[in-house]
Amino acid sequence: MIDRASGLGPEVSPEYSELAEQWKAKAAAAPRRRDKGSGAVDRTISDVPLQPLYGPEDVAGLDLTRDLGVPGEFPYTRGIHPTMYRSRLWTMRQFAGFGNAKQTNERYHFLLAQGQMGLSVAFDMPTLMGYDSDSAHARGEVGKCGVAIDSIRDMETLFDGIDLGKITTSMTINGPAAIALAQYIVTAENKGIPRAELGGTLQADILKEYIAQKEWIFPPRPHVRIILDMMEFCTREMPRWNTISVSGYHIREAGSTAAQELAFTLADGFAYVEGAMERGLDIDAFAPRLSFFFNSHSDFFEEIAKFRAARRIYARRMRDQYGARDPRSWQLRFHTQTAGCSATAQQPENNIVRVAFEAMAAVLGGTQSLHTNSMDEVLALPTEKSVEIALRTQQVLAYETNVTNVVDPLGGSYYVEALTAEIERQALDYFDRIAEYGGMVAAVEAGFPQREIADASYRYQRSIETGDRVIVGVNAFEKPDEVQAPDLLKIGVEIERGQARAVADVRATRDNAVTQEALAALKRACAGDANVMPYLIDCVRAVATEGEIVEAMVEVYGRYTEQTQF
Amino acid sequence: MPATQARPLRIIVAKAGLDGHDRGAKVIARALRDAGMEVIYTGLFQAPEQIVQTAIQEDADGIGLSILSGAHMTLFPLVVEQLKAQGAEDIVFFGGGTIPAEDAAELKRLGVREIFTPGAPLSEIIAFVERECGQRRELSG
Repeated sequence: MIDRASGLGPEVSPEYSELAEQWKAKAAAAPRRRDKGSGAVDRTISDVPLQPLYGPEDVAGLDLTRDLGVPGEFPYTRGIHPTMYRSRLWTMRQFAGFGNAKQTNERYHFLLAQGQMGLSVAFDMPTLMGYDSDSAHARGEVGKCGVAIDSIRDMETLFDGIDLGKITTSMTINGPAAIALAQYIVTAENKGIPRAELGGTLQADILKEYIAQKEWIFPPRPHVRIILDMMEFCTREMPRWNTISVSGYHIREAGSTAAQELAFTLADGFAYVEGAMERGLDIDAFAPRLSFFFNSHSDFFEEIAKFRAARRIYARRMRDQYGARDPRSWQLRFHTQTAGCSATAQQPENNIVRVAFEAMAAVLGGTQSLHTNSMDEVLALPTEKSVEIALRTQQVLAYETNVTNVVDPLGGSYYVEALTAEIERQALDYFDRIAEYGGMVAAVEAGFPQREIADASYRYQRSIETGDRVIVGVNAFEKPDEVQAPDLLKIGVEIERGQARAVADVRATRDNAVTQEALAALKRACAGDANVMPYLIDCVRAVATEGEIVEAMVEVYGRYTEQTQF
Repeated sequence: MPATQARPLRIIVAKAGLDGHDRGAKVIARALRDAGMEVIYTGLFQAPEQIVQTAIQEDADGIGLSILSGAHMTLFPLVVEQLKAQGAEDIVFFGGGTIPAEDAAELKRLGVREIFTPGAPLSEIIAFVERECGQRRELSG
């Protein structure tokens, strides 16, 4: 007999049970596909085993009140707001940055004119790694993956003509996050906007850098200390600022499964929560401003299940394990970006379609903001045209498909509920394994998540090699004579030369004695226990470049070197 | 053919510049190892000079360089230059990453043996390395 504890759906009658048994017999005898790609029929893209059909027996353990609740109430499985997109659409926030600050500022004005609702800054590699544009380490990298920001002068240009008191800005910067925040604060101050009025998010999640994205500067422990300094500072002085966006996006891009993305990201988030609590911060003072950032990959239902599981796990841990009392501390808010790693260089127009499905999964999963990738990002920085299509994809989704009219429309689906529970189970299992290492920082130092991801990434690649999985245009439906479209955005060497000249000029024209004094004070703060944020702000005001600030900190903390494994 | 050689092919898989995207490099490293080669992965953030030094010290048959940061037109030519400067042009130098077709053509003109872009099958990369590095062994006796 079927247990109806879940209360999902109508009563299971004996007649239905008999029908279900008949179906099982027929399904067992039914022919199976044997064509290319059919090897993946019995599992999700993350290798979660699948049944051909889900029914009431698969959600028998589910308790309506305990596990689902209603939208806007604990455990938030069905969404963090009572009416979700009926009250407010998600924020359409396209990540952008390339070349120099002036070029990127122009792109921002274009995106805002097209209906984008918030800004999201992509920085170039030297900026992310803490090198100025004229450093030998920056050769060939300036302005390539994002915008080059060396000093407060560049930051001012970047936001020229944009009202920082009104717009919210997300900055994807990790190692030097505290420096970028200081630059943003000083830029606003110079325009007469106090820091208390600034709204936005810093990615600032350093643990996932060691795990996946690999843009670190210092070793893990001092890096975490700086992040906690920042959280403390923002809790006190910047009520509208989301201190940290804990990010699984890059973990997924590095080849993880959905459950690994979920588990490692939440574990990183909990490590920051624990660190802040150890400092004596009240969890309800900082937790409402933590946010998350997830990937939306190509397995439609698995992604939706992942987002729903994320909310449920987070709410329970925050309330039951850490003792948060403010419901806002229980709510997992997240930004989503479609999976860059699912895009193909072959037949790049197909990426428009992939992005649309992935974006819909994010919305059905209840995302708070969304970036849709541009079709050409697998080849180069996106052109204005392809960025516009990506943004229009979100607008079509929001205004034409009607998926926004009903909250959590897949809630109660036997399949989605069973998959949500399974991904939750896998994530909790990872939490146990992380605890065996003594917590996430220790697990990262031991290379545990890194190994798990490398293994998953290789398994996935093998499944494409064997033809178990089909990637359209890559291992099936290829066009051998395909010619790549030539209209790609290129960043020329003149950007690097111009930026290198500009930063040299900044150093030559400032009051150098003031700069050196500020840098010396910063070093003392880093060596001691003082919160580094005020010292970083002083350095930025004294026109110290990012590279100089990082160098001063490296003198105290050292630079991290990875134990390499593959 | 690789099976008859005295020792397996030895390949350096390298990451240069500031690019932290190492998924592809690690997958290739494993695939080459699983195909019976000796693989040395340099780890991240290597200077072109270091990569060539490593290849020479390790008596490598090939170098595979992965770049997804857009710095390929700077870093690939620097490796070619270093190989020439060290008299090690016989080492089979190939690479991959997010590299537009016209850039790939230019890099091949400069002396990079092959450029693989996202979606290239592992089997194709393995076959390329076995063929090219095997030929190099035969030529050098």
